[in-house]
Amino acid sequence: MSVFELTRLVSVAPAAAVEPAAYTPVDGGVAQVGWLMIALPLLGAAVLLFGGRRTDAWGPVVATVLSWASFVVGVLVILQLRGQGADERALQLTMWDWVSAGELDLSAGLLMDPLSLTFVMLITFVGSLIHVYSLGYMEHDPDKRRFFGYLNLFVAAMLLLVLADSYMLLFVGWEGVGLASYLLIGFWNHNPAYATAANKAFIVNRVGDFGMILAMALMFATFGALDYATVHGAASGAGELTLTMLGLLLLLGACAKSAQFPLQSWLGDAMAGPTPVSALIHAATMVTAGVYLVARSQHIFNLTPDAQLAVVVVGAITLVYGAVVGCAKDDIKKALAASTMSQIGYMMLAVGLGPIGYTFAIFHLVTHGFFKAGMFLGAGSVMHAMRDRVDMRRFGSLSGRLKVTWLTFAAGWAAIIGVPLLSGWWSKDLIIEAAFVGEGWRPWVFGLATLITAGITAFYMSRLFFMTFHGKARWEDDIDPHEAPLVMTVPMMVLAVGSLGLGALLWPTGVLDAWLEPVFGHAEHHEPVIPIIAIQVAVFVLMLAGVALAWFRYGREEVPVTAPRGSFATRAARRDLFQDDVNEAFFRAPGAALVDTMVETDREVVDGGLTGGTTGGLTGAAGVLRRAQNGFVRSYALTMLLGVVAILGAVWVMQ
Amino acid sequence: MNFPWLTTLLVLPLVGALVVALLPRASTAVRPVALGFSLATLAVGLGALTQYRTGSSEQFQLTEVHSWIPQFGVSYALGVDGISLTMILLGLVLVPVCILAAWNDVPVDGRRQHVYFSLMLTLLAAMVGVFAAIDVFLFYVFFEAMLIPVYFLIGMFGGARRWKAATTFLLYSLVGGLIMLVAVIGVYLAGPRGTDGFLVTNLTGLDLSVSAGRWLFLGFFIAFAIKAPMWPVHTWLPLAAEQARPTTSVLLIGVLDKVGTYGMIRFCLALFPEASQWATPVILALALISMVVGALLAIGQNDMLRLISYTSVSHFGFIVMGIFAFTTVGGSGATLYMINHGFTTAGLFLVAGMLIARHGSRDIRDYGGWQRVTPLIAGVLLFSAMSGLALPGLNSFVSEFMVVVGVYQRYTWLGVLAATGVVLAALYMLLMYQRIATGPRPVMADVPDMTGREKLVVAPILAAFLLLGFFPKPVLDVLEPAVQQSLQHVGATDPAPAVDTATAEGSGR
Repeated sequence: MSVFELTRLVSVAPAAAVEPAAYTPVDGGVAQVGWLMIALPLLGAAVLLFGGRRTDAWGPVVATVLSWASFVVGVLVILQLRGQGADERALQLTMWDWVSAGELDLSAGLLMDPLSLTFVMLITFVGSLIHVYSLGYMEHDPDKRRFFGYLNLFVAAMLLLVLADSYMLLFVGWEGVGLASYLLIGFWNHNPAYATAANKAFIVNRVGDFGMILAMALMFATFGALDYATVHGAASGAGELTLTMLGLLLLLGACAKSAQFPLQSWLGDAMAGPTPVSALIHAATMVTAGVYLVARSQHIFNLTPDAQLAVVVVGAITLVYGAVVGCAKDDIKKALAASTMSQIGYMMLAVGLGPIGYTFAIFHLVTHGFFKAGMFLGAGSVMHAMRDRVDMRRFGSLSGRLKVTWLTFAAGWAAIIGVPLLSGWWSKDLIIEAAFVGEGWRPWVFGLATLITAGITAFYMSRLFFMTFHGKARWEDDIDPHEAPLVMTVPMMVLAVGSLGLGALLWPTGVLDAWLEPVFGHAEHHEPVIPIIAIQVAVFVLMLAGVALAWFRYGREEVPVTAPRGSFATRAARRDLFQDDVNEAFFRAPGAALVDTMVETDREVVDGGLTGGTTGGLTGAAGVLRRAQNGFVRSYALTMLLGVVAILGAVWVMQ
Repeated sequence: MNFPWLTTLLVLPLVGALVVALLPRASTAVRPVALGFSLATLAVGLGALTQYRTGSSEQFQLTEVHSWIPQFGVSYALGVDGISLTMILLGLVLVPVCILAAWNDVPVDGRRQHVYFSLMLTLLAAMVGVFAAIDVFLFYVFFEAMLIPVYFLIGMFGGARRWKAATTFLLYSLVGGLIMLVAVIGVYLAGPRGTDGFLVTNLTGLDLSVSAGRWLFLGFFIAFAIKAPMWPVHTWLPLAAEQARPTTSVLLIGVLDKVGTYGMIRFCLALFPEASQWATPVILALALISMVVGALLAIGQNDMLRLISYTSVSHFGFIVMGIFAFTTVGGSGATLYMINHGFTTAGLFLVAGMLIARHGSRDIRDYGGWQRVTPLIAGVLLFSAMSGLALPGLNSFVSEFMVVVGVYQRYTWLGVLAATGVVLAALYMLLMYQRIATGPRPVMADVPDMTGREKLVVAPILAAFLLLGFFPKPVLDVLEPAVQQSLQHVGATDPAPAVDTATAEGSGR
C-alpha cells in the first residue's frame, strides 16, 4: 500500500502540492456499507415517488428519517476513518462492474476520504434539517409527498456526486442533482414562468455538461481511464496543453453547476422553487459542486497554471458580479441568490489559487452552507408570514413580529458580512488574505476584488436585513405576520448556532485543517503583499462602512414601496447586468430563427415530398433518386406486385 | 441434437399470425392469442439466450444452414452474433409490450382486429428473420418482406393521410432495396459463387477491386441509410411516424430501422472494408448532420409523433458516428445505443399514444398542464424524456457517452461537435415536456390516468431504462466481441491512450 507523501516545500515555493495517492480498499467496518449513505435516501425517493397516494400520510416523515439515517452512517464512517492512520484515510469501495468495452473498464465505486466526507456531513446535516423544516413549510401543499420524494432524490444524487470514485460516476450524481434541481424549481410548474425557470436551469447546466463530457473524452483519450486514481496518478505525464484543456473543460462544467460567470443566468430564476429548495440546493450544497469538482481535480489543476488562472478569474468576476446584482434586487430570494453566486465566487477563486486555497475554499463552503441555508430558511419563514410575498419593499419592521426569525437571520447576516469571530469572518478572511498572495498584478487585482466585495457584501446584506426586519412596516393590507411553528424555527436556530460558532470550532482549533490535511496538505501560511493585519483592518472598516451606508439608506430612511427608477447602474444590476438580454440576443433568438427556417424547409420536403412530385426539394436525396430514375418504373411495378399479393391475402383473411 | 432456436423464433409468430387471422369473426380471443404467441416467442428467445456463449470464437452461433436454391447459391442460413442477438431480443420484448399497448387500437367487431394483430406477429417474424439471416440473399428477402406488414399497418390503421404515408415509406424502402439488390447480386458474382455463395462468411474478406468494392458498398449503404434513416434520406420518416399508430412506430423505428445500422456493420464493414474506410469522412459528416438537423427539427415540431421521429433521426446520427469511428468504445456504444434507442423510443411513442387516446390530438399546442390531469402519464413522459436526453443513470447515457468518447478518440473535433447533442437533446425533450405537462390545469372533462394495462405496458420499459443505465455490462459483454470482429474486418485498431498509465502508480481498480 503506497502512502501519502507530503512534500513540504520551503517558503519560496508558491505551493506545496500533495502527490496523488493510492486509495485503500475498504476492509471491514461501517465503510463496507458506505453505499447506504446513498441508498437510504434513494430508497426514500423510490418509495415516495412510486408508492403513490398510499404513502401520502407517512411518506414525508420517512423521507426525513432516511435523510438523518444517512447522516448517521456518515458520522460512523468518519469515526472509522479517524481511527485509521492519516495515510489510510482514503477508502475505496468497489460496488459493481459498470461499463466495459475495450480500454474503457470502469466499476462503480465510492471514495470515502476527508474531502468527500466533509461534504457528506454538510449535505446530510443541513439537508436533514431542511427536511425537518419542510415538514412545516410544505404542510399544506397537496403534493407534499412528491416534494419529499424529490428532496430525497436530491440528497442521494448529491451524495453520489461527492462519493463517486470516478469522473463518470460523479457525472451520474452531477446530472442527478441537476434533475432534482429541475424538478424542484418546477415544483409549482402550473405557473408557466416557473416551468421556464426549471428548463433554463437544466439547459444552462447542459452547456456545462457538454464541457464535462468532453473533459471525460479527453481524459479517456489521454489516460485510457476515468477513475480518479488512474487519471490523477498519471496526470503529470500528460502534456501542458492537454492539462490546460482538461482544466478549462472541467471549469466549464463547474461554472454551470455553481452558477459562475458566464453560466450564472439560471440561478436567479431558480428561486421559483419552494424556499427550502433554494436553501438546500441553490445555496448550501448543489451549487458548491463546481468548487468540489475543482478541488477534487487538484492533481490536474495544480499542473496547469493557465487553467488555475482561469478559475481565479471566473471566481473574481462572479464574486463582484453577484455582489453588484445583490445590491439592486428587491426580491428577498433573488438578493440571496445573488449573494450565493458571489460567495461561491469567493470559493472558486480560492480553489483556483491552488494548494494555498483548497482548504480555505472548503472551509468557507461549509460555513457558507450554514449561514446561507439559515438565511434562506429565514426568508422562507418571512414568506410564510407574509403570504408568500417576496418584495422587500413591502416588508419592514418584522423584527417585532418574527422574533426567532429575526434573531436567527441576524446570526446569518452577522456571519456573512464578517463580524469578527463569527463563522464567515474566519473563512472569508482567509480567502481574502490568500488572494493577496503572489507576485505581479494578480494579488492586487484579485485581492482588491475580494476586499472591496467584502464591503459591498456588508452593504447588500445589511440592506436586505434592514429592509426586511427594520424601518417602518410597509405591509400590504391583508398581512398579519406571525412566527412560524417550532418545526421550522428549530432548524433555523440550529443553523444560526452554526453561523455563529462553527468557524471558531473548526479553524482556531485546527480541527478542519488536520482533517483535510491528508487531501490537501497542511494549509500553510503565506505572506500576502500587504500585511495581514492591514487586510483585516481594511475588511473590518469596509464592513462597517457597508453596514452604515445600508443603515442610512434603508434603516433610518423611509423605503419607498415602489422602486425608484434609479441610476443606469442600478437598473443594470436589477436586470442582472443584462445577462438574459445577452443570452436572448446571441443564443436564443438566432437559435429559434434557425429552427424555424429549418422546420419550414423540411416540411416542404416531407409533405410535398416524393409522392407530391416536388422532388426538387429533396436536395441531397435528389441525386440518389435521379440515379435510381430507371428503378422507378420497376419499383412501382414491384409495389403493385407486392400490393396485389398482400391485398389478396388480406381479402382472404377478411372473408 | 441442436434445437433450431432461430427457426422456431421465426415460425412461432408466423403460426401465431395465421391462428389469429383464422379466429372466428368478432372473436374476443384475438388479443389474448396474439399476446400469448408473442410471449411464447419471447420465452423461446430467452431460451436461445441461455444457449449463447459470450466467449465463443465462432462469429455466428445457433447457426442453421440448409441449402435452399443451390442453383443460385442461396441458402436458408440463420445465425446470430452479439449484435443480432440483442436486436432480436429487443424485438421480442417490445412486441408483447406493443400488443398490450395496442389493446384498444382497433374495435373488436369485424375482422380488422384480426388483421391488425396478425400483421404485428408477421412483423415480429420478419424482424427475427432479417436479423438472423446470415445469407445475404435471405437477408434481402426478409429486408423486403418486412415492408409488407408495415405497409399495411400504416396504410390500413394509420391516421387521415395514412395511405400517402404508407406509399412514401414503401417507395423509399423499395428504392433502397432495389439498389441493394443489384449490389447483392454483384457481391455474389464477385465471390466464390457455388451452392452456398451467398453466405456472409463466404463473402467476407473477398479480394475485390477497389472500384467494385466501392460501388457495391454504396449499393448496400444507400439502402441502409434510407432505413436508418439518415439525413438527407430521412424524409419518409416524419410522415410515416405521424400517420402510423404509435405502436407501429415503436416497432418500425425502435426495431426495424435498426436494420439500417445493423446492416452497415454486418455487410458494409465486413464485406467492403476498403470502401468503408474510403467513405468514412462523408458518412461521418452525414451522421453529424443527421444528429444536429434531427435535433433542430425536433425542437421546432408541434406534432408530438413527428417530434419523436426527429429525435430518432438525431439518435441514429449518433449511432452511425459510433459505428464509423472504428473504435471499440464507439462501436460498443453505438450497438448499445441501438438497444437503448429502442426502449427510449418505445417509452416516448407509447406515452404519446396514451395522451392521444385521451385527448384525440397529436398537436402539442392542444396540451398543457397535463401533469395535473394525468400525473402518472406525465411522470412516465418525463421519465422517457430523461432517457431521450441521455440522463446519466438511465439507459441512453452510457451508450451516448461511449459514442462521444469513441469518436473523440479518433476524431477530436467531431467528438466535440457530437457532444453538442447533449444540449440540443435537453432542448427538444424539455420543451416538449414543458408544453405538454406544465402550466395551469386545463379546463376540460376529467380523463382517467394510467390504467392497469397501461402500467403493465410501461413497467418493462422503465425497468429497462434503469437496468441498462446501471448494469449495462452484461449487454456490453455480449456486444463487444461482435464489435471487435467488425473492427478486425475493417482493419482498425483502437488509438492508444496518449499517456501510458501502466507504469503509473495508483490504479485503484
